[in-house]
Amino acid sequence: MPHQKDALSQHVIEVRGLHKSFGDNPILKGIDLQVSAGEVVSIIGASGSGKSTFLRCINLLEWPTSGEILFQGENVLERGYNIPAYREKVGMVFQQFNLFSNMNVLQNCMVGQIKVGRKSKEEARLTAMDYLEKVGLAQYIHAKPRQLSGGQQQRVAIARALCMEPEALLFDEPTSALDPEMVGEVLKVITDLAHTGLTLMVVTHEMAFARDVSDRVLFMDDGVIAEEGEPAGIFTNPKSERLREFLTRFLS
Amino acid sequence: MTTWDWIERFLQLYWPQFLKGAGWTLLLAIIGTVGGFVIGLLIGVVRTTPLYSGGQKRRSLRSVLLKIVNAILAVYIEVLRGTPMMVQAVLVFYGLMEFAGIDITSSAAGMLVITLNTGAYMAEIVRGGIQSVDPGQTEASKAIGMTHWQTMLNVVLPQTIRNILPATGNEFIVNLKDSSVLSVIMVSELFYSTQVIKSIYYRTYEPFLIAATIYLFFTFTSSRLLRLLEKRMDGPSNYTLISSATTPELLKQNRRYQAGATRRR
Repeated sequence: MPHQKDALSQHVIEVRGLHKSFGDNPILKGIDLQVSAGEVVSIIGASGSGKSTFLRCINLLEWPTSGEILFQGENVLERGYNIPAYREKVGMVFQQFNLFSNMNVLQNCMVGQIKVGRKSKEEARLTAMDYLEKVGLAQYIHAKPRQLSGGQQQRVAIARALCMEPEALLFDEPTSALDPEMVGEVLKVITDLAHTGLTLMVVTHEMAFARDVSDRVLFMDDGVIAEEGEPAGIFTNPKSERLREFLTRFLS
Repeated sequence: MTTWDWIERFLQLYWPQFLKGAGWTLLLAIIGTVGGFVIGLLIGVVRTTPLYSGGQKRRSLRSVLLKIVNAILAVYIEVLRGTPMMVQAVLVFYGLMEFAGIDITSSAAGMLVITLNTGAYMAEIVRGGIQSVDPGQTEASKAIGMTHWQTMLNVVLPQTIRNILPATGNEFIVNLKDSSVLSVIMVSELFYSTQVIKSIYYRTYEPFLIAATIYLFFTFTSSRLLRLLEKRMDGPSNYTLISSATTPELLKQNRRYQAGATRRR
């Protein structure tokens, strides 16, 4: 499977005192987090609480204002750190799928392996076919993204991320842009991934998924992690008033 | 003699001159558009390069250099778009001789001017084309570890080129017609040739009717051809499903192929 357990460092990703402001507008106000290898972490919270910004900071699609992000013990914000190589190991799946529209399904899954991973075309094709089969789309390799449904596009996007054989995958509301009947097929793929031992961080509004699949749930509120713990505790015995409010709104 | 008689006579006597003029016009338009396209692409890429890499807003040698280059390019675009090509032709042709002592032929000066001029317009077209590519795809490409250049070459520019194809075709058609202003420095394109032919018999109307027909033929044909090219680039609108029965087969083939490849190595 795509991840390799690192014997030396328990934590794949460690975040220390992360702050992010857009102009004078603080979005993240000091986040500390440690994610162990193979852990599945769900991040829940109201819109505007900073969940997506936090995830995008981890992949450096947003540059943090201050704080540290450690990957396998090394600070990725350090000057001279090889960011493309880091992103290769920490993949990302987006709300809007973001497939390359100038390529077909197979090419979408091959291009990164060839250009970044320096694999041969045949190796890349083989890996791509394997993962496309896993997400149930091996039949569609010749289709262009615009010819697929949202759920299919998202599954291709997941295959594309897996093709880089990452250590961890970040999911930014992977089912929020989908029609209700397509949410299931994508969640199933992510659930299967969770069982393979790949490290996952999932920003989601799917409470059932967070409860049943994740090892740990983070509740973000107003730019901080307001509460965290095992899903059972978070969902059945929320401590803070805000989380209780949030859950009643979502679960009713 | 009627108009038709004159046209017949001009065609009979001077068809090689018309043909040569038409040839030059076509050549100037092709060189100008292709050269301008390349210039535009380069400038467009430079002008959309982020000033700071990695998100750190630290001033570096790279960011300072980039700012200077951007300023120079902005001046180039403003000057070339803000003055008539006819004036540019005169300034380049006589200016090079006067100030740099470079004596180039009028044809070479003409090619240079039409290329530089088209480049300025194309630079803006390319910039718009790059900005119109979905930024989410740029992020996705970075998220699988591609550098800025890899993202540009593999994701952004292929889409940009498709997007700006209609505008580039338009530039080509404009060049076919506007190359006529290069007659001011005696480039023997179609307009200049027609003027020469006119002055032999002092009949204006007929030679220019012939010239107009040739221009129209060029522009009409090229706009059709460009439309075809656009369709070609879009690829087929349907796709073939690989049947699930053949998928394992396909995988096996891949494996066999790969095994073969390794053995050869």
